[in-house]
Amino acid sequence: MEIKDLIFNYSLRLGDSSLVIGHRLSEWCGHGPILEEDIAMTNLALDLVGQARTILTYAGEVEENDRTEDSLAYYRDERGYRNLLLVEQPNGDFAMTMIRQFLFSSYQLLLYEKLQYSKDKTIAAFAEKSMKEVIYHVRHSSKWILRLGDGTAESHERAQNVLNQLWRFTDDLFDGDEVDAELTKLGIATDLSLLKPVWFEIVKKTFDEATLIIPQGEWMIRGSRKGIHTEHLGFMLAEMQSLPRAYPDAKW
Amino acid sequence: METTQWNLWEVFTQESPGDPHVHAGSVRAPDAEIALQNARDVYARRGEAVNLWVVPTEYITASTPEDQGAFFDPGNDKAYRHPNFYKTPDGVKL
Amino acid sequence: MEDIPALEKKFEEKIASGIVIEPKDWMPERYRKQLIRMMSQHAHSEVVGMLPEGNWVTRAPSLRRKVGLLAKVQDEAGHGLYIYSATETLGADRAKLVDDLHTGKAKYSSIFNYPTLTWADIGAIGWLVDGAAIVNQTALAKCSYGPYARAMIRICKEESFHNKQGYEILASLMKGPPEQQKMAQDSINRWWWPCLMMFGPSDGASPNSEELMRWKVKRYTNDELRQRFIDRTIPQAEHIGLTMPDPDLKYNETTRHYEFGEINWEEFNQVIKGNGPCNYERVHARKDADEKGLWVREAAEAYAKKKLTMNS
Repeated sequence: MEIKDLIFNYSLRLGDSSLVIGHRLSEWCGHGPILEEDIAMTNLALDLVGQARTILTYAGEVEENDRTEDSLAYYRDERGYRNLLLVEQPNGDFAMTMIRQFLFSSYQLLLYEKLQYSKDKTIAAFAEKSMKEVIYHVRHSSKWILRLGDGTAESHERAQNVLNQLWRFTDDLFDGDEVDAELTKLGIATDLSLLKPVWFEIVKKTFDEATLIIPQGEWMIRGSRKGIHTEHLGFMLAEMQSLPRAYPDAKW
Repeated sequence: METTQWNLWEVFTQESPGDPHVHAGSVRAPDAEIALQNARDVYARRGEAVNLWVVPTEYITASTPEDQGAFFDPGNDKAYRHPNFYKTPDGVKL
Repeated sequence: MEDIPALEKKFEEKIASGIVIEPKDWMPERYRKQLIRMMSQHAHSEVVGMLPEGNWVTRAPSLRRKVGLLAKVQDEAGHGLYIYSATETLGADRAKLVDDLHTGKAKYSSIFNYPTLTWADIGAIGWLVDGAAIVNQTALAKCSYGPYARAMIRICKEESFHNKQGYEILASLMKGPPEQQKMAQDSINRWWWPCLMMFGPSDGASPNSEELMRWKVKRYTNDELRQRFIDRTIPQAEHIGLTMPDPDLKYNETTRHYEFGEINWEEFNQVIKGNGPCNYERVHARKDADEKGLWVREAAEAYAKKKLTMNS
């Protein structure tokens, strides 16, 4: 692969994950557990869709094929999407949404901390700017992990069930391939395998404090970097992409 | 049904460094940490604040309108607390 | 014993001389009650108002539109919160107010009981519904109750982007292919009349108006505000080629106002009564969110209590 193909591919991964989880969060809008939290989740969604716009635009520029943030977001099918499996999982209850967020945001923060020093100036600037947002996402979601895990018997049970259900998608976060390897050699990306133990320590500390137990010996599901998704993404995209696909000549 | 909406907290925002904190409104929150986050998300969405205070509403004691006379009028006739009360010789700038 | 007639006299004098009433000031029970009713209705309207537009958040046709709409719907939540917060200064409790919404005891703006069927409806709501709301709220920003007036000032500042966003959506559609233009016009055909109803019954048929005007809670009558809205909106419509579905609409050179056709008050009354196309869905969605959130709110309270006991 040429270097521009590598960067294109890598940018899609960053952008798609932000877009998909941002979209998921936006599904809560108007239905949150209390008004204040409705507003908070929308803030997260806005940050993440904003990140997606920046980096998908960059992907389009690198590719040099006249694709914009919108053509990339609205005219790729699920096999073309490169988001992590974790982020496409449905919202479920509030515990599901917050644990998904915490697992992802903790990972994203570590990743951006490295990428702010990327030799690709656009990626570096993107990571540096987005880090401030993600620090807040980690803070917000981790506070909720504590309250749900160590709140009532019901909230504890819900949180533990969700953690059991989502844990199988966490190896996928670190499942680097040749794109990661090549770009890491060039100082553009980072070695994901080095992030994994740091990430594990961080999430374990919070889960311990929340009296939640990380499942052991789970069979891990991977595939995001090849566009092999769970069944949930297709429905999400069908809804998200319906208008531009129904009216390809329209101006919005 | 029981619809707990948490306790009430008053929010004060400081618009830029050096400014006083000004009352912005209130939020509901179960504790101080969440109150602070909620205040940030509700009252600083457009970058209106560099710093926030949250105070449980029940801890605010306000003077009553009936106090108005006794509290504030005695301060109104003490002209010697204001610089205009004192004369400065001509030609001097103080 | 409090001398009620004397207090009332003093209160009316304050109102007459334009002094703003603050939470701890003495006020007639009726003033307090009317304000709580009106403000909570307003807050409920903001919150229920999230739903029709929320329908299209996940289907916004571009990422730019997606963040714009999301930020707008989020503002509605914020505005609901500001007004609940102001209502609570009158001794009302949000949990109780929300409960009244869910049981149908409290009302909210009739406009949100109409369905959003196309993307153009998002433009129509932003431009017309928020446009109407701005006319209403600009007037309320001068109301006699301090916390309500202050909330309105904050809201008006934030809401101006909503109105512009809606207009931009429709203007873009009107520049698109015929299919899009039709979509835009169709949305106006459906939203125009319900928007005029937003200002409430005509002055003669508005039971609370006289009292609220005297107390300077309302500064203009329903009909005055409706007229103001029509006068400022028609030229905007003409500018992008949209036509209002009213054959009687015409400009009167002498009065310098637009004249318009008869509003279907029977429809208005039915929608207020709960018989609009989406009344059930709207209230049900809010109730459902509240019930599904209960365990979350309880968990946070339980956690706070645990930490408090640990620390003491």
